[in-house]
Amino acid sequence: MSAYLRSAAEDPIRRRDGEPVAISVDGERLTGVQGQSIAGIILATGRLDWRVTSAGSRPRGVFCGIGVCFDCLVTVNDEPDVRACLRRAVHGDVVVQQHDPLPTPVEGSIDG
Amino acid sequence: MADVLVIGAGPAGLAAAAAAREAGGEVTLLDSSDVLGGQYWRHLPDSRPAERERLLHHGWDTFTALRRRLESDPHVRIVTSAQVWAIERDTGVPAVVHVLVGPPDAGGRQRLALRPDAVVFATGAHDRTLPFPGWDLPGVFTGGAAQALAKGERIAVGRRVLVAGAGPFLLPVAASLTQTGATVVGVLEANRLSTLVKGWAPRPWQLASTHAKARELAGYVANHVRHAIPYRTGRAVVAAHGTDRVTSVTTAAVDAAWTPIAGTERTVEVDAVCVSHGFTPRLELAIAAGCALTPDRFVMTGPDQQTNVVGLYAAGEITGIGGVDLAMAEGSIAGWAAAGGPPDDKAVRDGRRRRAAYRAFAARLEAAHGIRPGWTGWLDSHTIVCRCEEVSFGRLCGAADATSTTSLRSLKLSSRAALGICQGRMCGRSVEEILAGRVAGGRLRDEVVADQRPIAVPIRLGDLAARRDPEPPTASPSQSPTPNETE
Amino acid sequence: MDCDVVVVGAGIVGSACARTLARAGLSVTVVDRGAAAGGTTAHGEGNLLVSDKRPGAELDIAQYSARLWRELSVELADELGPGFPSLEFEEKGGLVVATEERGAGPLLELAESQRQAGARVRVLTASEALRLEPELTPSAVAAVHYPEDGQVQPVIAAEALLASARRAGARILPHTEVTGPVLTESGELTGVQSTAGTIRAPHVVVAAGPWSARVASSLGATIPVVPRRGMVLVTTRMRHRIFRKVYDADYVGAVGSNGSELQTSSVIESTASGTVLIGSSRQMIGFDDRLRVNVLEELALKATQLFPFLRMASVMRVYGGFRPFTPDHLPLIGPDAMVPGLWHANGHEGAGIGLAPATAEILGALIRRESPAVAAAPYLPGRPALASVGGVR
Repeated sequence: MSAYLRSAAEDPIRRRDGEPVAISVDGERLTGVQGQSIAGIILATGRLDWRVTSAGSRPRGVFCGIGVCFDCLVTVNDEPDVRACLRRAVHGDVVVQQHDPLPTPVEGSIDG
Repeated sequence: MADVLVIGAGPAGLAAAAAAREAGGEVTLLDSSDVLGGQYWRHLPDSRPAERERLLHHGWDTFTALRRRLESDPHVRIVTSAQVWAIERDTGVPAVVHVLVGPPDAGGRQRLALRPDAVVFATGAHDRTLPFPGWDLPGVFTGGAAQALAKGERIAVGRRVLVAGAGPFLLPVAASLTQTGATVVGVLEANRLSTLVKGWAPRPWQLASTHAKARELAGYVANHVRHAIPYRTGRAVVAAHGTDRVTSVTTAAVDAAWTPIAGTERTVEVDAVCVSHGFTPRLELAIAAGCALTPDRFVMTGPDQQTNVVGLYAAGEITGIGGVDLAMAEGSIAGWAAAGGPPDDKAVRDGRRRRAAYRAFAARLEAAHGIRPGWTGWLDSHTIVCRCEEVSFGRLCGAADATSTTSLRSLKLSSRAALGICQGRMCGRSVEEILAGRVAGGRLRDEVVADQRPIAVPIRLGDLAARRDPEPPTASPSQSPTPNETE
Repeated sequence: MDCDVVVVGAGIVGSACARTLARAGLSVTVVDRGAAAGGTTAHGEGNLLVSDKRPGAELDIAQYSARLWRELSVELADELGPGFPSLEFEEKGGLVVATEERGAGPLLELAESQRQAGARVRVLTASEALRLEPELTPSAVAAVHYPEDGQVQPVIAAEALLASARRAGARILPHTEVTGPVLTESGELTGVQSTAGTIRAPHVVVAAGPWSARVASSLGATIPVVPRRGMVLVTTRMRHRIFRKVYDADYVGAVGSNGSELQTSSVIESTASGTVLIGSSRQMIGFDDRLRVNVLEELALKATQLFPFLRMASVMRVYGGFRPFTPDHLPLIGPDAMVPGLWHANGHEGAGIGLAPATAEILGALIRRESPAVAAAPYLPGRPALASVGGVR
């Protein structure tokens, strides 16, 4: 029981999906179709979370779905802070889970 | 001819762009998405065509006609994937609008600085979801997310979904879900039936001229009946449960002030829950441009949708939450005026008539479905209020107590609430209300509000550092005509 | 409403003064036209710097204040308990970096003079600098480490000082604006008129930061404090990659200059929440608070020169504030030169957070007619260095 992509064959709006798109998400190859967002491709697999919060190490994924909440951030092709719900997947995109732990105070600065 | 810049290509912006052309203006239409339509007409990209996409939309033919009209007009320059990241106030122009053009959040996007003669802000609104325990679990979505994913991706956020919150928007959310094959186990409206009746009923004749609105609502109600979705009033989701994702929610009856009533809790098993309690206008660009706000925090506008800044206009949800018809009426008035159209022309008289009718509707919407203060009653001290910085209700109150502050700015800086990457879009107003509820008189006297965001969206330092050409680019056929622009 | 001292301004300096005076047994009323900690205090980085101070009066008060901050951070935490938000006091040290040959000489000269004056200073080789800050540009030609440089979260620090002052009996009146003086028949200042009514007090302290000249003027005095605009960029959270406060060597020159045109120099550091703050700009444009994209561009350019990896970092917020500038770069601490009963604790330019505790101690001693731990003469509002400049009209 989870998120899913309505299959084109069953979709009452008679949808025709186009070219396949393959991306890598945390090392796993996922395929979708051109025009899907990165979030859309991940959600279609039933996976709901792909970020780990900084303070509480809690899972996060899509919340607002329209680019407002920034919960769905991923690193795409080495660029951090990309909203997965807005960015359309491009064939070959390398998507990595984002986790930015809080800094630890600098101790023992060298003596002058 | 006036160069009119329209920011936002939802119903208000599209109507504004069309009206500005009718009045003879040169139009540049910006939208952050790569397709037109805004959230209301959010739809599949061209690469995923659907013969019967109109099934998912109200007023789809209105949209496609507007789109055709604008796309075929050589005096309309449409710039999609265009994110306004800052607005400068400068002498001689109403505003300098800084834009990044390219894929969302990508580095290396093209930078534009537009100096139009007039701007129409049509930036719309996003869902407002109040915090509740567990709302940060995966599987909890805003209603807008469910709708955007359904209409823009054909993704259903779950198979067994509860929709809750407040307002008539819950119905199209439920409709979007059922059209994507999900089972909606119920729709919960927090306001009680008596509040709804009081809000909607006092002057029913005012609604007579808003039949399009009534038709839209009737469509959603029909969907409801068809799918036998239970609709309950006076009930709210007060907690979501699960370890790594939602597996169930607790609902409870709430009183007229939305305070949960003990002993009325019920557990509902779901794999997703969609919660929206209303809308927050996207004000940051208008604020950055110097536009004044009304006491209830919308952009203040005059009869021509003009703001207090000469040359700046506002239309749609940023002037008040009123739905698509009001947005389009306001957009047509704003676009016409921004392009210098004569104020008494027949073209705007019709817009004014429609605006008057739909504003009455908007007032009732607020009276019937507005957020009530008792919601803080479903928070516990561990409930996350600020999702970005993971600030709990307990920590927020602790910081407020420790400093005795009455200032939103101080509380933000001492608790870190609303300081994260969403810049308080999700929690800002809730933080304000929590703080206001603790100060004498219940009103903050800060000069700051949660809606101020001088950097509207993050911009990469490399892009900010990149030297822009000192000279405006020579006009190329594809770019002409353009407002004065430097890149 | 009667008390011993009215402090005008509830920023970091006013809060520190209120605390010191209240703990000395004086009855104190703090007024602010807005909320506490809402002006310059809320718009800066929270620098506690030794590195940018020239030997003499600048460095003396900075070192004194650095000592006081060390004690204060412990005292305040003890007094206010774990329920109070952390001051985020961190003596993380500063690293000043010259990226061009022409900057290296002046940097090393300044460092040597600071060392002779008793500051802790360590000249580093390029590889030592990279060991401290691995992401630093490899093109650095000279670097100096200042282990005494620190930072504090300025709003929490001001709120903590105010909370402590309140515990010592001080009364805080936010949203209360001073509208004029209360004068004796002989013309001596004996309180203020305010939007909350008349407040009588034998001592009135102006601690209104860049607005101090306006407040002083409303009380019949003239001081040469003018606003100097500054902007700071805040990035989104990132993995911890910048460990100290890192400046380019131009910073010292910019701090020491009197130019009114735009000057920018890098001041870069991480915060406890994982964001990175990027300053600093200096511009004399009155109280014009409009966003200026060209300033942001310059800051971004210089920051990415110092830390190339920042090109990929995103700016999510920017804040601009006004520093209280004085022509000789020293604060005004002590009695007004002309108006008896009026005191100054202002004019700190960008160093107010760092210098607040020392300012409070010096002012407190002067009001109590005691002798301060650091000679007050260089900071007195009536000092000769300011006589020639005259006031702000």
